[in-house]
Amino acid sequence: MIERYEIRLSGSGGQGLILGGKIIAEAAAIFDGHNAVQTQSYGPEARGGASKAEVVISDNEIDYPKAIQVDLLLALTQESCTKYSHDLKKSGILIVDSDAVKELPRGDFKVYAVPIIRLAIEEVGKAVVTNIVALGIITKISGIVTEEAMRKAILKRVPKGTEELNMKAFETGLKKGEELLAKGK
Amino acid sequence: MSENSEQTMLMMQGNEACAEGAIWAGCRFFAGYPITPSSEIAEYLSRKLPLLGGKFIQMEDEIGSMGAVIGASLVGLKSMTATSGPGFSLKQENIGYAAMAEVPCVIVDVQRGGPSTGMPTLPAQMDVQQARWGRHGDHSIIVLTASSAQETFEQTIRAFNLSEKYMTPVVLLLDEIVGHSTEKVVLPPKDSVEIVNRKQPEVPPEEYLPYRETEDLIPVLATFGTGYRYNVTGLVHDETGFPTNDPEKIEKQIIRLSGKIEKHRDDIIQYKTFMMDDAEVAVFAYGSVARAALRAVKDSREMGIKVGLITTTVLWPFPYDVILEAAKSVKAIIVPEMNLGQMAREVELGVRNQAEVIGVNRVDGNPIPPVQIKEKIKEVV
Amino acid sequence: MFDYLEYIRTRNFPHIWCSGCGDGIVLKSLIRALKKLEFSKDETVMVSGIGCSSRTPGYVDLNTLHTTHGRAIAFATGVKLANPKLHVIVVTGDGDATAIGGNHYIHAARRNIDLTVLLYNNYIYGMTGGQVSPTTPRGDKASTAPYGALENSFNISGLAEAAGASFVARGDVYHATQLEKLIAKALQKKGFSVVEILSPCPTAYGRRNKMAHPVTLMEWLRDHTVSITKYEKMSEEERKGMVETGVLYDEEKPEFSSEYEALIERLKEKK
Repeated sequence: MIERYEIRLSGSGGQGLILGGKIIAEAAAIFDGHNAVQTQSYGPEARGGASKAEVVISDNEIDYPKAIQVDLLLALTQESCTKYSHDLKKSGILIVDSDAVKELPRGDFKVYAVPIIRLAIEEVGKAVVTNIVALGIITKISGIVTEEAMRKAILKRVPKGTEELNMKAFETGLKKGEELLAKGK
Repeated sequence: MSENSEQTMLMMQGNEACAEGAIWAGCRFFAGYPITPSSEIAEYLSRKLPLLGGKFIQMEDEIGSMGAVIGASLVGLKSMTATSGPGFSLKQENIGYAAMAEVPCVIVDVQRGGPSTGMPTLPAQMDVQQARWGRHGDHSIIVLTASSAQETFEQTIRAFNLSEKYMTPVVLLLDEIVGHSTEKVVLPPKDSVEIVNRKQPEVPPEEYLPYRETEDLIPVLATFGTGYRYNVTGLVHDETGFPTNDPEKIEKQIIRLSGKIEKHRDDIIQYKTFMMDDAEVAVFAYGSVARAALRAVKDSREMGIKVGLITTTVLWPFPYDVILEAAKSVKAIIVPEMNLGQMAREVELGVRNQAEVIGVNRVDGNPIPPVQIKEKIKEVV
Repeated sequence: MFDYLEYIRTRNFPHIWCSGCGDGIVLKSLIRALKKLEFSKDETVMVSGIGCSSRTPGYVDLNTLHTTHGRAIAFATGVKLANPKLHVIVVTGDGDATAIGGNHYIHAARRNIDLTVLLYNNYIYGMTGGQVSPTTPRGDKASTAPYGALENSFNISGLAEAAGASFVARGDVYHATQLEKLIAKALQKKGFSVVEILSPCPTAYGRRNKMAHPVTLMEWLRDHTVSITKYEKMSEEERKGMVETGVLYDEEKPEFSSEYEALIERLKEKK
């Protein structure tokens, strides 16, 4: 039974975070059978600027669709980490791109620092799948959505012809998540 | 899409749910102009309409798209446009034409903050009074709203139904949060959805009068091209459809334009109440804010505060009677809205001094969080 | 004798046009053209905007749509696209179509949607009392150009051609037989067709510009218009002050509403 679980994906425009949010929401709501709402906030830029997508997952009817107290925050840029970490829950999860985020917010969080963009480039071969690598990590660390639901949701939402690449990205993320969990941090 | 008797579950953005609702309602013509945060509606319909034999056109401007919508509706296609604040302002003259000539059509306004270009990507509810009073002249109009993707789907269908039934433009006011939130939408079995189609004349062409006074005050406009040749104009006209300067006929038409909506208030108005039975304070909310309000009311109840909620999907005609009824038993009605108190004015009219009306207003481009409403509830109690 | 009454809504007569106005001549030319082409009245829609010429629909027994100022072409676009089987005629004026409605005029031409636009050019805003319009000749007077128009005027036929129309003609109310033929050609053309019709206004334009008598305006049309074939043979000097009439442009181009129908068919086959 999920009371209310809030995920916020943040970074800059063009990193595919809104798509990432939609995938998590679809996995949770359609394939795992919970309720989920994905909302977004974005600036005028299609690329760059601070961008965020939020997903609220619950087994109850979701009243307020935006995050109230974030359970898990992903930050792919320093700007987004600074701007969007203020309402991260005590002992919530903070996943940052370790190459981009050097200054962590103060607070009682479980921090996982991973070079996510580098992982996408070096292990998957393309920076464009950073969002999907991140989804793999989030899936493993949060345990809030099933891996199977995520795979289905990814395949449904990514462009035709990129399924294999995106699956590879997701598996890479899962593996990294597993390592992080094993390490405890 | 689903079989007629099955329901389907989809993840949809509010804007997509709106476009899908339009298709379900029978919309087969869309004309629009790109504007944030409504463009997904046009994009969705540009893909879907030609597959259904319908027509999509991106016009050269907002004004033209409203004109094309009216033209297509007279030819018999259920027609819609979608826009946001600045575009809504531009469309107003032709929306007034549709009101005067009594041409059914649906106008979706996914609100942003304003005036002017304002806040293109940020939520607001600043067009609620524009939706009611945006045209020059005097007439009533139906304005609906929705708070979720599911409700957007349902209210879009209702907008078309009311438009066809009452031969009037219907405005559907969404806001950026509703338009851009992706959530589960249950598409009901097709055969369970009520679809209303405008009446066609039952008399032969030589006896036909398009604006004949009927008991329900609603005219029967024949589809152009079906043998009933008549005149449609934005000038004040008599039952023949031709312009008139006869004071008696002028008055009759102007009064009927409001009358046909006001007479059917009970059929049009829809609202919901939550925990109002023993409430000492009420919250009145609409659109995405209704969801924050629900959360605030639930949280306050947990703290033992006797507060209830009234939400509505129909902004106009405004449910004054519902407000008055509530005002008799609560000491205050809190009205949270993403503007400086536009609907609070109507609530104020509704309470007739029997309860205090208190606004919770936010105009900084941020949604109203539940805590802001909760604090006001605590303060009032 | 030709029976105009078959197409006229006599209940709305007398019409609102001033004596000496050319709009009635256009109406009769149009009716003759419609009759000749045997257009079904039920399947013909006439759309107009606001202004003197835009009152025409009230007098013709067709499906008629009198819209808002400048927007006739936009409404007509909806009509035509929604039901491409209908003949759609737009009746508009120089102010209606090229000032407030200029955007729809050029974009409908660009789109090449099958509308027949009868654009009455009287060089002035007649209905509102003689204000300067985009076609008022430079130097001529209007109620809002009391010292003479300072602005250049539009070549509205040239504008339609440049914007992508597939048929452009110019006629005038002195040469009513030619006008009828031009209207008939435009009605038959599949694509965006414009007939610019010089129909000067004695009341609002003539009075201010030393041509108060309708006959003077008619004589002006007689003396200052010349067929395009003759015009092309004239020297630069001879052309001065002359307006060419006839079919100015005629090309075959893809038409929007039928292209859309074709798209629907293509998508059906794909399914």
